[in-house]
Amino acid sequence: MAYGKKVLDHYENPRNVGVLDKDATNVGTGMVGAPACGDVMRLQIQVNDNGVIEEAKFKTYGCGSAIASSSLLTEWVKGKTLDEASQIKNTEIVDELELPPVKIHCSVLAEDAIKAAITDLKNKAN
Amino acid sequence: MLTPTYMDYSSTTPVDPRVAKKMAKYLTMEGDFGNAASRSHYYGWQAEKAVDEARSQVADLVGADPREIVWTSGATESNNLAIKGIANFYHKRGKHIITLKTEHKAVLDTCRQLEREGFEVTYLDPMANGLLDIEEFKKTIREDTILASFMHVNNEIGVIQDLQTIGDICRENKVFFHVDAAQSVGKIEINLASLPVDLMSFSAHKIYGPKGMGALYVSRKPRVRLEAQMHGGGHERGMRSGTLATHQIVGMGEAFAIAKAEMKEESERTLKLRQRLYDGFSDMEEVVVNGDLDQRISGNLNISFNYVEGESLMMAISGVAVSSGSACTSASLEPSYVLRALGLSDELAHSSIRFSVGRYTTEKDVDDAIALVREKVEKLRDLSPLWDMYKDGIDLNSVQWAAH
Repeated sequence: MAYGKKVLDHYENPRNVGVLDKDATNVGTGMVGAPACGDVMRLQIQVNDNGVIEEAKFKTYGCGSAIASSSLLTEWVKGKTLDEASQIKNTEIVDELELPPVKIHCSVLAEDAIKAAITDLKNKAN
Repeated sequence: MLTPTYMDYSSTTPVDPRVAKKMAKYLTMEGDFGNAASRSHYYGWQAEKAVDEARSQVADLVGADPREIVWTSGATESNNLAIKGIANFYHKRGKHIITLKTEHKAVLDTCRQLEREGFEVTYLDPMANGLLDIEEFKKTIREDTILASFMHVNNEIGVIQDLQTIGDICRENKVFFHVDAAQSVGKIEINLASLPVDLMSFSAHKIYGPKGMGALYVSRKPRVRLEAQMHGGGHERGMRSGTLATHQIVGMGEAFAIAKAEMKEESERTLKLRQRLYDGFSDMEEVVVNGDLDQRISGNLNISFNYVEGESLMMAISGVAVSSGSACTSASLEPSYVLRALGLSDELAHSSIRFSVGRYTTEKDVDDAIALVREKVEKLRDLSPLWDMYKDGIDLNSVQWAAH
């Protein structure tokens, strides 16, 4: 199976790889997936005082499409409010990266990751 | 585009040019294109002569009598013919079959089919090094056991089973013994004149012969009988009908003859290459060889780079063609059943890469592969949250994962 151009681009030059301070009150961390399934994503977002995501970082264990999905997502969420970020659908990732059907679960995982990060942030605020 | 370096010889091999050259003589009007079953004219006789010669070449490599070799379309068909053939012929004697969980699908799926037809199959767990637990096997044999089927060399991890010991047990218990030797023939010594094996499957394309060609060894002493699975003109002593593919057969024969002549030198050479490859990785952190390293075919190295997913590593090292036990491309998300049967954790199974070197692999190929893999493993570990956790001393088994 050959990989699409956009997947290869994100895979070879992943954006926003890294770690944010998971204990900071303005950082939300979402870790989804399982080693047993062959992919684990950790997505972190940092919001400013206006509730806008100003920084996003990820690390992913998984196939090229999983890495590309999380890389793309970090680009998309920056500058968005939490509400806007939570609206991102996995199908948008599928369309953008032209993922084949066997790789759709990678995009689902990315959607789960941002939702988990937002939930983590909201839990901290409460 | 630069073509990647081929390091997947366990999957298939290129046809040796000497083999291809010979095969080409059995296709056209100018060549010997006849039907070996045409007993009444020159063209048939020529084809028959070529088929007989190839049959002797195949028999020679494994210490068999040419009359014990039945041509098939490959090891898959040979496995089907052996297992179903025995089961269908001897079903009145018993309906129990024993095999190993790490067998090739051509054996496992054939056994599954026989289960649907009323046979009972025991699938034994291998030991952690991939070898059969002999004591466990002995305990599994019953009054009604008719057949044991174990592969000589495993296709994924390259471990070599002890055919002599297993075969002796089979003989003592009057159980037929079938061996899938697709991955071993031409690479390690096989002498069926002394080995207690009743049936053995061979493939041509794993040792520089053509695809779509194989053979089944069916012992004459003691005599083993089979129920045919392919009916027609009664070719191959009624065991496998169908016009013989002379050019394919000649190719298999030539490939086996070359293997016989060059096996010793070649296995020494590929062992050195394998060792060189292994040495190139052995100082890395969290690297595990899957399957026994000593009881292993020379060209195979199955190795897990922990915390790096196999498919993404294959993508990163696209300049080298290898296989992975990761099943990220399959719909099931299940990693290799062979590695799982060894008791490997899911993440180690997902992180495995099978390198297999062969006739045309050079030292430079190996050195380039080492450099590339080392660079990319480091890059992917920097990207891996599991690697971070490992570095922070977190036990991954203690984490509550959200399986999907």
